[in-house]
Amino acid sequence: MNLLYTEVEEELRASLRDLLTDRSPIDAVLARATAQQGYDPSLWRELTQLGVPELLAPEAGGSWREVAVVMEELGRSLAPTPVLGSVVLAGSVLGPAERTATLAVPFSLGAPTVRAEGGALTGTVTSVADALTADQLVVPVEGGALYLVESGFTVTPRTSLDLTRPLADVVLAQAPGQLLTEDPAVLAQALLTGAGMLASEQLGLAERCLAMTVEYLRERRQFNRPLGSFQALKHRLADLWLEVVGARAAARAAADALATGAPDAAVTVAVAASHCGTVAVRAAEECVQLHGGIGMTWEHPAHLYLKRAKADQLALGTPGRHRTALAELVNLPA
Amino acid sequence: MTEELRTRVHELLERTPPQDVDPIDFLRARFDAGLAWVHFPVGLGGLGAPRALQAVVDAELAAAGAPDNDPRRIGIGLGMAAPTILRYGTEEQQRRWLRPLWTGEEVWCQLFSEPGAGSDLAALATRAVPGPDGVWTVDGQKVWTSTAHTARWAILIARTDPAVPKHRGITYFVCDMTDPGVEVRPLRQLTGEAEFNEVFLTGVRIPDTDRLGAVGEGWQVAQTTLNNERVSIGGQRMPREGGLIGMVADTWRTRPELRTPELHQRLLAHWVDAEVLRLTGERLRQQLAAGQPGPEGAGGKLGFARLAQQLTGFEVELLGEEGLGYDDWSFVRPELVDFTGREAGYRYLRAKGNSIEGGTSEVLRNIIAERVLGLPPEPRTDKDVPWKELSR
Repeated sequence: MNLLYTEVEEELRASLRDLLTDRSPIDAVLARATAQQGYDPSLWRELTQLGVPELLAPEAGGSWREVAVVMEELGRSLAPTPVLGSVVLAGSVLGPAERTATLAVPFSLGAPTVRAEGGALTGTVTSVADALTADQLVVPVEGGALYLVESGFTVTPRTSLDLTRPLADVVLAQAPGQLLTEDPAVLAQALLTGAGMLASEQLGLAERCLAMTVEYLRERRQFNRPLGSFQALKHRLADLWLEVVGARAAARAAADALATGAPDAAVTVAVAASHCGTVAVRAAEECVQLHGGIGMTWEHPAHLYLKRAKADQLALGTPGRHRTALAELVNLPA
Repeated sequence: MTEELRTRVHELLERTPPQDVDPIDFLRARFDAGLAWVHFPVGLGGLGAPRALQAVVDAELAAAGAPDNDPRRIGIGLGMAAPTILRYGTEEQQRRWLRPLWTGEEVWCQLFSEPGAGSDLAALATRAVPGPDGVWTVDGQKVWTSTAHTARWAILIARTDPAVPKHRGITYFVCDMTDPGVEVRPLRQLTGEAEFNEVFLTGVRIPDTDRLGAVGEGWQVAQTTLNNERVSIGGQRMPREGGLIGMVADTWRTRPELRTPELHQRLLAHWVDAEVLRLTGERLRQQLAAGQPGPEGAGGKLGFARLAQQLTGFEVELLGEEGLGYDDWSFVRPELVDFTGREAGYRYLRAKGNSIEGGTSEVLRNIIAERVLGLPPEPRTDKDVPWKELSR
């Protein structure tokens, strides 16, 4: 199990960070969120040109380890792109695809309620991530079979807690679907992969919140000294740092387990999802609190991280749900 | 290099068959063959080889049934005194002390902490005064000294100049524990036993030739000792469910009558925490092996202490009525601290020391905040003031 970053992964990170710093600085992300503009299509085009969707193609030398690095950088920048839906969730089923897609499941998870009759799909899926930009949908139906749907559906945006990953309701009315698989294990693997990759996004977010808070406390002066020199605050940040260090080890372990198809991948992902989901929320909450009044304003980006972190905590299984899954996986029955 | 080491091991085993000689004679021969700690210099028990190769030697010797030096019994000598003597000792001092230290013929202890100098170790008040005969006279009181009652030697820091700021007036000595001025009293802990001692020093005489490093530079010398202490606590490699979580998980699996839904949720949360800490340690080891040491090491002991305390507290609760008992309150002096050989109540109480010994969790958080995160230090009133003017 390799928990480090390879040279190739570090290069990928560097070029992504350059692109995102240039094309999607946090002020621009805030402006888009304020205007409720949702996704940034031109940024998504540039990520596509950089080869992000092809990271899953083995011939391109990619794997879930590289996608995890992309997720870290997206968690760090909050750049509004459909990578989670298209590359991770749909990509887990379809492999690298040219058209943007997503997996039509409620982001908070729930059993599929769409029905398929003679290749025509009917039903409603609420709170779907990355549906607004999807050209095609991977739709699970009752029983767990998966269909590919390219037309015959409508997408209605929801007012979402997370401003940078808006959710939408999908209504399918006799939509023509192409059967992809009847094996429910494919859906389960896609959701497992999604949870594992989300852990890397949560790691990137937590790390950014910690760094932002440290930077602020070094500069901000009250009582004639930098706030960061107060032991009460230093200890809180040291504890948070330790949690983030753990999140990095856990998220890397999950990415590596998914990339190598490790037999205990479900355990490793559940550990990462449970830990990283909690750490990201804590980091964002500390970021708001330790910025004081400015952290409570709309103009400061801390709230964007808080909203993403809190929504991510519910996404694809809460920490509690992942821990409950562990009970069976590691034989610790209730 | 590996083959050369194997050859040396086999030569040693032929020359000194472990089945036919006294264990001490074998260990001495092993030291003289440079196979004690291969990363030490030639002539001092080593071969100047990479540290990682020690595992090769240890495996070969264990396979041949050779005796070892029982490293857990002499941990302070091996882990703290030896690296300091190697770095700061004269050639003569190294030749005198390192061989019997390694073979276990001479046990070492550490005389650093004092009743008035815990986290603020540099405030220590034990005085060392030079005499005209080149002999220092030492007076003071030390505390938290494990193995003081079995030790032949101690590493000691004492104040040699009270008129300068506290970090500058300290000198590092090696103290003969058989000196008539050394009195060792067991210090009973909340567990009932006495792992540690108080050590009273009254007119103890230390020849200047037993000083390590220059007069007044004891604080820098002590950093070598303390850095090695933090490395040796909480850094072992573990399989999944290794350590305390494995014991708790086994109890859970084998005793379904103890289970409640509320305990189940907490057990799973602890299981995740233990696994995250294990992965963190594994990642740190991979970084070190790849030559990319990160600042993550600073957190190892902090995370271990927190987890150990949570898990041991949980275990007592899980056991229900059994958790109300205690295995043994006898005032004994154990040679080793053994978390697994005692019952849950002992583990719960002993784990309280994990966040105190070898640097409190509060001091470690300061270190992380200042050295890793780069936060500014607290304003200090003690740094530039002569030691004798500090409030006590």
